[in-house]
Order: sequence, then structure tokens, then C-alpha cells
Amino acid sequence: MTRPTPTGTVSGTSSGTSPSRGPAPLVLGIETSCDETGVGLVRDGVLLADALASSVDEHARYGGVVPEIAARAHLEAMVPTIDRALATAGAKASDIDAVAVTAGPGLAGALLVGVAAAKAYALALGVPLYGIHHLAAHVAVDTLEHGPLPSPSIALLVSGGHSSLLLVEDLAAAPVVSLGATVDDAAGEAYDKVARLLGMPFPGGPPIDRAARDGAPTIPFPRGKAGDGTFDFSFSGLKTAVARWVEARRRAGEPVPVADVAASFQEAVVDVLTAKAVAAARKHGVDTLVIGGGVAANSRLRALAAERCESAGITLRVPRPGLCTDNGAMVAALGALKVASGVAPSPLDLPASSTLPL
Amino acid sequence: MLALDTSTPACSVALVQLPDTAPPPGATRPLASRRIVDARRHGELLSPLMRDALAEAAVTPADLAGVVVGLGPGPFTSLRVGIVTAATFAAALGLTCHGVCSLDGIGAVTSGRTGVVTDARRREVFWAAYADGERIAGPAVDRPDRAADLLRADGVGGVVGPGLALYPDAFANAAAAHAGTGTGTGAAAAQYPDPAVLAALAAPDLLAGRAPAPLTPIYLRRPDVAEPRPAKAVTG
Repeated sequence: MTRPTPTGTVSGTSSGTSPSRGPAPLVLGIETSCDETGVGLVRDGVLLADALASSVDEHARYGGVVPEIAARAHLEAMVPTIDRALATAGAKASDIDAVAVTAGPGLAGALLVGVAAAKAYALALGVPLYGIHHLAAHVAVDTLEHGPLPSPSIALLVSGGHSSLLLVEDLAAAPVVSLGATVDDAAGEAYDKVARLLGMPFPGGPPIDRAARDGAPTIPFPRGKAGDGTFDFSFSGLKTAVARWVEARRRAGEPVPVADVAASFQEAVVDVLTAKAVAAARKHGVDTLVIGGGVAANSRLRALAAERCESAGITLRVPRPGLCTDNGAMVAALGALKVASGVAPSPLDLPASSTLPL
Repeated sequence: MLALDTSTPACSVALVQLPDTAPPPGATRPLASRRIVDARRHGELLSPLMRDALAEAAVTPADLAGVVVGLGPGPFTSLRVGIVTAATFAAALGLTCHGVCSLDGIGAVTSGRTGVVTDARRREVFWAAYADGERIAGPAVDRPDRAADLLRADGVGGVVGPGLALYPDAFANAAAAHAGTGTGTGAAAAQYPDPAVLAALAAPDLLAGRAPAPLTPIYLRRPDVAEPRPAKAVTG
């Protein structure tokens, strides 16, 4: 295959990426917006590799992700993770037809490592570069499991850094519309803080989910913004209400029913998330809901969403847990959609943006 | 050879013809070089500068024999842009990537006993001492007056590098030494690490086919973070 010279790298579309000729393009996706170094390879809607290196263990003792530690870990992990993805796919670097990378939002120093790596890779190979929005990629990853997304769809994205409801039409070409988002803590952040209060490790989602299975949601914790008619969320007040309740028990010398607290907190979170997601689908006449982000791995969120979607006649799509958390496959998936729809590549001076708008 | 350095406010790229035998560092004239000084935009500037330097020299990435990068010390964020760019660029092409202490990109072309100081922020400098271009102390990070004392203890008479202009009082007793003139413009060229000098320093390893050491950034500081105390009560 003829490759363009370096000067022509990103100004035009490489002939090798034309969807109408030859095999479908092989797209490399790089994700470094938080504490996971993810590298994915996608061709023709098929996931060929999804390599991941996580620095989560290095952050656990600090109770949250430390940006400088995350950025250092990304630098160490970048080349080995790319190599691992290529080996898994049985591909060579020179087989890659386009490079996609999360350009934001996320931790500035962490994003910058991935963006710099992606540019270097694209420049070295003479292939186009595509800057990707992290939230849109979380939606796009579902197409790898469940095929093309009906237009329009509603997406609920919940993680340690985001809680958003989105209206999605054309992922590759049209801007995703934000219907609402958290006004304070992200849902996953509330999980981390409540877990810490209950003496559980970081990240807090899995231990709370496990503890909640042995408890009952008997404590009426508040549902922030539940009836305000918007599609925004608030979890800061819930976190404080849980802390007040637990502290009152401890002060009175009474035992804290950890399983019931976990179940009640979790129910308050997933109740609001699923109620607003279904309401958004109804309001916009949409019959498909996609859930993504790390909190989408939560068993109660999946169960309650399934229940409410079924009674509302909404098709629920949730990727497997490994694709819900941050990964390179989601970036490659959206990159491949952009390549296929002929979207113009990003310039080599693409900035990393911690607050990238949709 | 493609060489780059991002350990200072300068974002610097040079394309150097690999000689048959290792040259003295000052003797390496780049085929093309690019430098922009902007402390906050290395991530946006570096790859376009590489593309432009390759175009000017009419060199394609496939023509390259190796990549060389300054490992710092330098501000963390810009330093990482350079190292990950060099490492990934080399990996994509199946080339080796060699790391060199960035201060050597200034100090290796100095004569006599010379100190190199760069900005470490937080009212500190990164420094190293050189004897006829060989590093004899450092790299290290210290307050400017402490660095000046340590350099004097190493018998250093002159100091060069961007740290000099930032802390003229601390280094007042050390008149600026004459930088080597190998890459062209004397003291001005030595203001920032010269990637062509880094390339010359890595050339013996590249020519000998020696496997490069891991590209470990020279941070000289730990992440600025403390373990949290137990959660505060929300009720008084």
C-alpha cells in the first residue's frame, strides 16, 4: 500500500482508509483520560484486540486517582500496551490505517500522554489521526457488541468522573446532545466516598455492590433532583445523608448495618439514574437506551434498568463490564465509525482538552 | 537520526545524519532543526515540528535509523510529551529509541568546568556540572543558592542554561562560561538542550547496535501527594 509522505499525513484521507476499496481499515484506539492505559484495534466493527494497563492499585492508598501518578504510569505502559494489542490481533504496526485517541475530557496530564503517543504513531506511519470525545466513545463501544446504534438513542454514562444523559443521533458525524449531567459528584465518586466511610477499599463500586447483595434497601436516603423535571443528577447530598446516618449510629454506640446502608445507598443512586434515563427516552420518543461507564458494571443498575426498560418498551443495551470501564476498544470503535463515514481527520496540533465539550 | 527534547520551555527537534564513526558532540550539524519556545504547548507543537523537519530534509520516517530523546530533568508534563512521542514514534517504525540526560544537550559542548542550570519551578533549579563536556556531578534539583554552592564545590567557574537568567543573584559569582560553538551560535545555542548534541552523544550506542536502556524519565521529584487522613465527620 502506498503511504502518503509525512507532510500529507493528516491533511487528506489516506487511500488505504477508503471504505469502498479493499479490506476495511484497521483502526488503533488509544485511551489515557484517567488511570487506565487502553489500546484497542478494530476492523469493520469487529474488536480484534483490547489491551489494558491499569494504575488503579497505585492510587488505592490515596483514596482516589492521583493525576501525576496516573500520567507517569501511562508513559511507562504506552509502548508495551500498544505492542500487546498488536500481538493479540496478529497485526504489525504497518497494518494500521488510522489512529484514534481520546482528546478529552479527562485528566490533563494523563490525556496528553495518549494524545502525544497517537500523533507520533500517526506521523510515523503516515496515517490519519482522529481526536475522540471520551463520552461518545463510551457509547460507541456498544456497537462492537450489539451492532449499529438506532438513531436516535439515549445514552446514560456513569463513572467515577461522569454522570450524563445524552441524546445520540449519528455518533460519527453529528454532535452528541447533552440532556443533563451531574451538578456535583459523579455517581462513581459517590460510591468511592461512601465506601471510604464504610471502611471499604477504593474503588468503591465493587465492594458496595457486593455488600448490598446481603442487605435490604430499608433506609430512605434522599433521591437528589428526582422530581425536578430536569435530566440533571446530584449525588453530593446523598453522600452526606449516608454519612450523617452512619455517624448518628456510631455516636449512639449502635452497630452500623453495613449491608443495609450499602443496599439503601445503591438503591438511591440507581433509582434516580434509571428513572431519569427512562424519562428521557419517553420525552424524546426514543426506544433504545445504552448504558456505559464504569458504574454500568454495577449489578443493581443493570437489573433495575432492565426491569424499567422492559415495562416502558425500551430496548436496553449494556456492553459487557470489561467494555463499560475505560478502554482502548471504545476509542478504536468510534475512530472506525469516523473513518467509515468520511469525517475529516484531526490536525497534528490537536490539543488534549480536560474539559472538551461534546 | 531524529532527536528531540522537551525538558525546558523549548520544544526542539533535529534531524542528524548518522556518521560512520562517532563524532565529537559539537561537530554534528543537523540536516534540519526546529525549535519553538512555549512552555505550555509542547503537546501541540512537537509532532508538527517533527513533520516539518522531516519535510525540510526530504527524509521519510522509513529512512530513519534511530530516535534520540532528552530524558530530563524537566517539568513533568512537557518531559512526558517528548519521551512518549519519541518512544511511540520509534516503536511504530521498529527503531530503537535512546535516552540521554537533557542537561548534556547543553553541557557536552562546554569547555572547562561548567555548570548547567535549568528551571525546575517551585524556586528550584535542575543542575549538573561538566568538565570539558563530561558530566561530573548531577543531574540534581536544589534551591539556586544551594546549587551554586555545590557547583563551586565541583570547581565550576561558569554557569550556562536558562536557570542563569532566572536566578542571576544566586549565580552572580559564576560568570557565564563560553559555550561550545559546535552547532552554530555560541552561547545562545546552549540556552536550551540541543537535540543534535543529544544525537551525537547517543551515536556511539546506535552505531554499535547496543540495545538502549529503558527510557526512564529523570523526574528527580516524587509525585506531590499525601495519603488521606480518616474522613472527617459531616456532623459536628
